[in-house]
Amino acid sequence: MSQAVLDKLKARFGAAILETHSDFGDDTALVDAKQWRAIGEFLRQDPACEFDLPVDLCGVDYPRRLPRMEVVLHLYSTTRRHRVRLKARVGDEDMEGAELDSLVAVWPGLNWLEREVYDMSGVRFRGHPDLRRILMYPEFVGHPLQKTYPAQRTQPLVPYRTEDEAGVPLEKQAPFGPDEGMPFGRRALPRSEES
Amino acid sequence: MGDMNPGGAVVLEGSEQGFALTRVDALLGWARKYSLFAYPFVTACCGMEFMALNSPRFDLARFGAEAPRFSPRQADLLWVVGTISQRQAPALKRIYDQMMEPKWVLAFGTCASSGGFYDNYTTVPGIDKVIPVDVYVPGCPPRPEAVLDGLMLLQDKIARNERRPGVVKPRVDPPVKVAELVQLRRSAHDPSELVPRLGRGETK
Ligand code: SF4
Repeated sequence: MSQAVLDKLKARFGAAILETHSDFGDDTALVDAKQWRAIGEFLRQDPACEFDLPVDLCGVDYPRRLPRMEVVLHLYSTTRRHRVRLKARVGDEDMEGAELDSLVAVWPGLNWLEREVYDMSGVRFRGHPDLRRILMYPEFVGHPLQKTYPAQRTQPLVPYRTEDEAGVPLEKQAPFGPDEGMPFGRRALPRSEES
Repeated sequence: MGDMNPGGAVVLEGSEQGFALTRVDALLGWARKYSLFAYPFVTACCGMEFMALNSPRFDLARFGAEAPRFSPRQADLLWVVGTISQRQAPALKRIYDQMMEPKWVLAFGTCASSGGFYDNYTTVPGIDKVIPVDVYVPGCPPRPEAVLDGLMLLQDKIARNERRPGVVKPRVDPPVKVAELVQLRRSAHDPSELVPRLGRGETK
């Protein structure tokens, strides 16, 4: 659909476009994180591209690969009716250097999405007007969608009651199990790693 | 409706007016169980079933529990309906603390009771980790009948002045017989279309 866009990007930014593919009809470009802002501005403004709708932004953690965090931006053009997917990889094992330029100035709609990626994945956006957590509470420590966040770790805001206080067992009595209502459940499988 | 003999009152015949003997707590329990003012704390998909429960078909007014009060000070039954996230827990606790004694809590659905399948950083694994619960109703979501069971269990507990938590028995689906499944046949008008076979009991 928008192979033309990929070609244009390659012609314009050359080595900053690290990889492209069109698997399953989704045109994708992996770009240099340093050029994130420039490429965004180009795609928004170029008359042949005119991507005016930022559909989604998210972070994907690949803990065994460096740079580890992949930020994925989906764009759509309501005038040209084409789509493109941009990816950039940032951050080392400890998420040092996981920073990208904010694109809020280009697409104001990315404001909350960048906050979500910051909250969930810990990517910081340089120049974002208000980079705060958006889903989790301010007291929350860490970023839950990083693969290094322990699956069992919770951070209650209200201290849990103890069984002494409650006077009854708080572990669930029959018929409840954590799998109640589901044909499958995480706890039904043997646990390899306890946090 | 209900037992008009509060707390096993002994009615003595013989005088012109007659009189009855009972205990104060039994009389209070009897009065309380038919005037539950509800505070609905509805957060998630279970809410749809809660709305069905409040519809005329299931008629919550039979139990004297139909009046919602959106001020916790005027309510004595807290319905916790749906998933409670860690972020909501302080609000839930505060609402509970603001309610006047005596107060009861009904955990509606699996999420409220045990966190359900949200076994992760975001969800409270059962509201009893934060506030006391009187009746648990399992199901995802529970059927209105199960909730009515839970309500009657609660009334029973109130009448007996009993505070240990109760659990509604989960529904067990009977095994399905193949002959009872709806079978499809090709439509006579349009062979590309499948329609339910009528009179399915007789075909096999
Ligand atoms: S128990 Fe099921 S239906 Fe009820 S809130 Fe949880 S997920 Fe939704």
